[in-house]
Amino acid sequence: MRERSIKAVPIPVQLIVALGLALQIAWSAWPPRVTATAEALPAPLNVELWRVASLGDPIPLSRALMLWLQCFDNGAVTIPFRSLDYAHVTGWLDTALALDKNSQYPLLTATRLYAEVSDAARQRQMLDFVYRKFLEAPTLRWRWLAQAAVIAKHSLNDLPLALKFAQALADNTNNTVPAWARQMHIFLREDLGEVDSASILLGGLLESGTITDANELRFLSERLKRLQQRRNHELDPAK
Amino acid sequence: MSRLSAPMYFDQVRAIARYTLLEARRNHLLWLVVLTILAAVGLAGFLGQVAITEVQQIQAAFLGALLRWAAVFIVSLAVITGMVREFNDKGFELVLSLPLPRAGYFFGKLAGYAAVAMLVAVCMSVPLLLVVPPDQAALWGVSLACELLLVCALSLLCMLTLNQTLPAFAVVAAFYLLARSISSIQLMGQGPLVDTASWSQQAVQFIVDAVALILPNLERFTATDWLVYHSGLPMSLLPIAGQSLIYLVLLTGAGLFDLYRKNL
Repeated sequence: MRERSIKAVPIPVQLIVALGLALQIAWSAWPPRVTATAEALPAPLNVELWRVASLGDPIPLSRALMLWLQCFDNGAVTIPFRSLDYAHVTGWLDTALALDKNSQYPLLTATRLYAEVSDAARQRQMLDFVYRKFLEAPTLRWRWLAQAAVIAKHSLNDLPLALKFAQALADNTNNTVPAWARQMHIFLREDLGEVDSASILLGGLLESGTITDANELRFLSERLKRLQQRRNHELDPAK
Repeated sequence: MSRLSAPMYFDQVRAIARYTLLEARRNHLLWLVVLTILAAVGLAGFLGQVAITEVQQIQAAFLGALLRWAAVFIVSLAVITGMVREFNDKGFELVLSLPLPRAGYFFGKLAGYAAVAMLVAVCMSVPLLLVVPPDQAALWGVSLACELLLVCALSLLCMLTLNQTLPAFAVVAAFYLLARSISSIQLMGQGPLVDTASWSQQAVQFIVDAVALILPNLERFTATDWLVYHSGLPMSLLPIAGQSLIYLVLLTGAGLFDLYRKNL
């Protein structure tokens, strides 16, 4: 059915539409409607409640929670990460991860966003969260613990903590994880001055036959040679 | 067609409004509202039993949210199904064949459905008195009435434009969800993790801002904060009333525009 021409619409009606539209645009534009206010991150709800709220499909809810959490960011419009209650942040990350165990997003934000604040206590809190979550699914989450070890070493200057993470990587993962991650603890021991342990571990690794790549073998052998030289030097500084 | 005198015109508008209200009563709308309230109160009571702390706040929050969503759903469907019946029964053509301007028909229907919306808003506010101080429940109720008024005008417009239940309801639902979340969408687009330099992001942000200009800011309406933290003030209703009035003018204009273009 064809509609009547616009001319059939009385002028007052056309004026009402124009007036309504103009008023609405003016109302929305003045004052600016988006006014972000700093607000505290609330405590997370029980994960079972979220599961009920997801109506049997928790994955989209997990992703939505992460996007929402991300809004409590470090922009000028909201509050800086370091002002956030990190117990709540880990609670929300934990909830998002519980709703979608395969998601990497919560651990990525934990290591790359929330652990990059200039507050050692908060950094440690976040790294501890990553460590705990790694132990629940090592082969799935190893890269975030490796990242955590790097942060512990270079940002926190806490070599024992970095070694703890690297050791956990070595103890809880298999060949599906790249060798550099599983060997990280050896080099950290070297940095810590545990030359003996490092050379024993590296020697054991080379003898185990698990490394087949020629370049990697050569690199690690060189490293072992250097370690042994350093060990000899420490034993007999006159040499 | 001879011109109607003002009193006659208003009599006819009132008659259409009265029959619209009567139709809602015969559809057992009130029963549906009562059953919804009982279900919501029961669920809120159950959640209160489960909660370890802040029982009253949890009950108020869930009750308010459930009742608001239910009210919007019921009012929107009442308007849409009522109009569909009118189209199917040819009541629409019959009324327009009478010496009554189309605007009179529109205002009559709008007034009737607005009365239904007010009734639903009052009913939905009453159970809140169980867990919320009366002044906060009253503020919430007035705000819900404004929100429902917009939903009913929008549903009427969508039905006049689209003529069918499913597309009309889908548009109303999408509009409502978008109007409630557009401010959050705008904020997310301005976050520091977003690449604001890319042209695609700028284009998306422009579209979001443009959509936000013509949508009512429903996020401010019927706030659960009032129920949980008792932070509502009578002044809080001023921007809500202003926005409702302006958007009602726009929706009424758009509805009349479509109605006058309709061919019988």
